[in-house]
Amino acid sequence: MKLWNRLMCYCRRRSPWLFHMNSGSCNGCDIEIIASLTPRYDAEQLGVRLEGSPRHADILCVTGPVTHNAVEAIKTVYGQVYGPKAVIAIGSCPATTNVFIDSRTLAGPLNLHIPVDVFVPGCPPRPDAIILGVAKAAAILAARGNKPAAVASEPEVVGECAGNCTCCESNAKEVQA
Amino acid sequence: MNILITSLARLLIFPGLVFAVPAAWFFLWVERKAVARMQGRIGPPFMQPFYDFIKLVGKDTPQRTGASGMLMKAWPLIAVSAAAGAVGLLPVLPASGGFQGDLILLLALLEVPSMCIIAAGFSSRSIFGEIGSAREAVLSVSYNVVFLLAIISIAASQHTFRLDTLAQLPASPLRWLGIAAILVCLPAKLHLNPFSLPNAEQEIYSGPMTEYAGPELAMWELSHGLEWVAATGLVATLIAPQLTLWWVAALVFVALSFFIVLLLSVVASATARLQIDTTVRFYWQCTLIFAVLAVASALFMRLRA
Repeated sequence: MKLWNRLMCYCRRRSPWLFHMNSGSCNGCDIEIIASLTPRYDAEQLGVRLEGSPRHADILCVTGPVTHNAVEAIKTVYGQVYGPKAVIAIGSCPATTNVFIDSRTLAGPLNLHIPVDVFVPGCPPRPDAIILGVAKAAAILAARGNKPAAVASEPEVVGECAGNCTCCESNAKEVQA
Repeated sequence: MNILITSLARLLIFPGLVFAVPAAWFFLWVERKAVARMQGRIGPPFMQPFYDFIKLVGKDTPQRTGASGMLMKAWPLIAVSAAAGAVGLLPVLPASGGFQGDLILLLALLEVPSMCIIAAGFSSRSIFGEIGSAREAVLSVSYNVVFLLAIISIAASQHTFRLDTLAQLPASPLRWLGIAAILVCLPAKLHLNPFSLPNAEQEIYSGPMTEYAGPELAMWELSHGLEWVAATGLVATLIAPQLTLWWVAALVFVALSFFIVLLLSVVASATARLQIDTTVRFYWQCTLIFAVLAVASALFMRLRA
């Protein structure tokens, strides 16, 4: 039984299937997700597959600043992904609502609505940062084991925008001023 | 008693389950890897289909209630067992009588997974599943006529419906024609690219599989892999030269199947998906004429002999 669990964790780490959901994104991050599957970056080496149906996915990739219209859709799709599952917020929009901060059409950021495990900030993030985020999320799935995962204790932040970059915030201030 | 043991060994060990399941994973990997190499990518690691299978088995199982829920659970299991049975029937080793190498039973079992896919899409009640099932049904009506005519022409020209006897007879030019017709049908049977209509990802998500998750999806993946083994194995048995040493025969069988998988994957990655009406027209207009000619000449040869 212990061996089976270890095998299961190993396989979960090596087979992350993604479902990509746009919650009002400008398409910048969506293009970068596709770029991470193309020949230059080739995320399939990690076992990544972009699935058409959320039922098949392990990892939900959300882009966009979460508009009011998208909230119910996000909750529905999150419910349609069968566990164990993880959520990646791709781009600065789902993390902070980015330049659209305080807009009356938004209900973001994403972690008000569903638990987020990995943030990949950037406007848009580079494909290698997205792949790193997917690898982190797959490692989180494996580390949780068979315990039902409600919320990640501490969401991870990956990519070159993580921590030391203030471009999005200063953009937001500029727009507001 | 001896016959019982050998036929059980064939069904369970070679070319049955113990061989077929790893071979299914291997062929799924070859397909993905070949597509990746054709696109200039490196592609998934060798064990990828195995990792996917184990991961899917460990995921949560959907709650299904009522008759349609039970049916939805049953379809993937029926598909897997039929495909595994079809692989077990392939006369790779010299035959020992019984069902081994019975062409009609083999064709029937090869058809069951696609029936299950059609039924699964309709019982899932998802709009994408229903569109996918309708496409699969239309596709199977088109390619099966050609597929069956090709096999009938091979069988009629050599006076037998047993695959083991067919494999032992020397190949006539007519048989090569039939094999070419079968190869044209295989992409449609395996949902590969010029004819990948039922699971067209960019149009209808995953088609009939849209509502499946976890262990049930793992069974569908496995049945797809077993279909690969059975369908390529059928062609490999028809092509393979007759060999006396059993292990050389097994090796030649595996190598031939591998090359057919490679060929189909390369064709799949080099082509784009056709529309459903173009596909149906292709099978009914171009290939059907070819298949009818093959059957007619087979019957003519038989009457003259």
